[in-house]
Amino acid sequence: MGVPPAEGRGRVARVVLVDDHRMFRTGVRAEIGRTETTGIDVVGEADDVESAVRVVAETRPDVVLLDVHLPGGGGVEVLRRSTAVMGEPGGVKFLALSVSDAAEDVIGVIRGGARGYVTKTITGTDLVNAIFRISDGDAVFSPRLAGFVLDAFAATDTPPVDEDLDRLTQREREVLRLIARGYAYKEIAKQLFISVKTVESHVSAVLRKLQLSNRHELTRWATARRLV
Amino acid sequence: MAPGTEPTPAAGRPPYRKLYRSPHSRMLGGVAHGLAVHLGLPVTWVRAAFVLLFFTNGIGVLLYAAFWFVVPIGIGEPALGSDYVWANGQFVPAGASGISPDPLRKGRRGRLGRLRDLLQGTFQGEPVIVENTPPGSSPGATSRQNVGQLAALLMLVIGVMALLNALGLQSSKPYVWPLLAIGVGVALVWRQADDSRWQRWFGLEGGGKRRVAFVRVGAGVLLVTVGIIGFLVLQGAGSTLASVVEASLAVLAGVLVLTGPYALRMWQDLGAERTARIRAQERAEIAAHIHDSVLHTLTLIQRRAEDPKEVQRLARAQERELRLWLYRPEAAAEAAPDTLAERIREVVAEVEDRHGVPIELVCVGDCPMDEKIAAQMQAAREAMVNAAKYGGGGPVQVYAEVEGRTVLVFVRDHGPGFDPDSVPEDRMGVRESIIGRMKRNGGTARVRPAPDGGTEVELEMERAADD
Repeated sequence: MGVPPAEGRGRVARVVLVDDHRMFRTGVRAEIGRTETTGIDVVGEADDVESAVRVVAETRPDVVLLDVHLPGGGGVEVLRRSTAVMGEPGGVKFLALSVSDAAEDVIGVIRGGARGYVTKTITGTDLVNAIFRISDGDAVFSPRLAGFVLDAFAATDTPPVDEDLDRLTQREREVLRLIARGYAYKEIAKQLFISVKTVESHVSAVLRKLQLSNRHELTRWATARRLV
Repeated sequence: MAPGTEPTPAAGRPPYRKLYRSPHSRMLGGVAHGLAVHLGLPVTWVRAAFVLLFFTNGIGVLLYAAFWFVVPIGIGEPALGSDYVWANGQFVPAGASGISPDPLRKGRRGRLGRLRDLLQGTFQGEPVIVENTPPGSSPGATSRQNVGQLAALLMLVIGVMALLNALGLQSSKPYVWPLLAIGVGVALVWRQADDSRWQRWFGLEGGGKRRVAFVRVGAGVLLVTVGIIGFLVLQGAGSTLASVVEASLAVLAGVLVLTGPYALRMWQDLGAERTARIRAQERAEIAAHIHDSVLHTLTLIQRRAEDPKEVQRLARAQERELRLWLYRPEAAAEAAPDTLAERIREVVAEVEDRHGVPIELVCVGDCPMDEKIAAQMQAAREAMVNAAKYGGGGPVQVYAEVEGRTVLVFVRDHGPGFDPDSVPEDRMGVRESIIGRMKRNGGTARVRPAPDGGTEVELEMERAADD
């Protein structure tokens, strides 16, 4: 969205690329890897679950760009086996980057602990922004992911089991809806007359609810409906 | 759009329902049934309430008449499906309760059933219509409804009897009979007015029904006349009855002569205006369709003039589509998918293919298609085509959401944006195909610049009926 990538940040994010397609890794590296302009340093690559877990543990990057479909168990498996490096403060954060936008994939990796989900149609600039946002501890939602969350919560919203934990607030809903409509965080802030930080905290809250709430229906529902 | 003005009703809230008189399963004016549907109460309760109120100086009758007069008759409102029954400690819609009606009750339509038909026939003329018209009504629902109607009618009759006895009518207040005659006559005529309005809307104009209508109106007028004359006679004006009638007729004739031409003119103007409006609407609808399909194809053909194969393909596809739309509209409707999510996905794929611009679709919720949603999809398609053509080639974002009975569609591009007011008069795209089409079908469309460049089109439509 026309945001100059590195200017003003004055720091470098260390990134690991996990994808089983060499061409894609090369492409992403070429697009965002020029450290002096984008502020992103690609410190490692991996092409399956085994190597991904190893590389992440060795390099301890700020952000891992994680493909959902990987030989050896997929992105969810990488997340499951990387809980040690994720847990600590300032630990490794995962951003799912996938061609798939099937609901079970999206919801699966988010519940596995990924801090965001973007599709491969994303532009270089947006990806750089997303990486920095993730490394700052915020969540990044693509329009599609926002749609899934709205859909999932709408479908299971009728019995208010645990009001605070399980339900989205009006404001969170509004923010998600704007994301789904294709608004950037900055635009959402402008539209709702709140700061970008507030938008980010709303999004993070949604992410937390997605991960914390032990509603099994969510995944089951999404899988059952094979939602696209 | 200011913050907070976006309609975001809580999910799961029952949709807002207007008060209509029900054209289906009614005894007199459909007031009780309409109220029952509106309030979510069993219709028998409402009827019983009216009967009870009747005993308090006849307030029930006045109330009923007032409702009948003021509340419009509902067309296309939920009819039988919304009958509520008492099940598991709460009211549930009859269809959802899982309680099948007592099979014994069907067999109990002997003498009582005939009596009911007779009474209903008196008031309604064509009981067959009442039982057959509501679409999707199961025989079980009809039979239960019959029993309910019969009970209500019997209670009404018993109530009237009791009231008459209470008033001690033979001796002290002999003018009750004329009043009753007037009441019944007025009810008959009003009922007929309702029915003919209803039939006109549904296009059910049958010769046999016409005759019944005349009989009913005639009977109503006769009853009212007899009632008034009886009233006058009882008031002691019997001796001068002839001169009273004469004078009334003279005044009536005078009024007719004076106002007749105006009334006739008004009647004709009204008819002419209605025809013109219908024609204009039809023309706008056709123009919008031609714009969406034919004009766009012609533009594409102009752009690809150097590629004869492609031009031929486009022209053939367009011809096929136009033929289908013009000559076999029912086949065109059949071919379309029957839920919103499928339909909008199809539209997105079509526009993507034809204009070569990626469209990201996010769809939350789903609902069955109906005519209004179909119109909304056409408007959305046009918005997507516009976004693809003028949106600078970037991805177009489409968001569709079903919330209760409202269907919202947002189409957003990242192009240079445009000012809706600066579009010249002769350009049809936005004005007719999007805004006009939504308006004609009872929805709204808003076109506005997106916060950081680009344009966003918002389409809002209420679904036609409950599924």
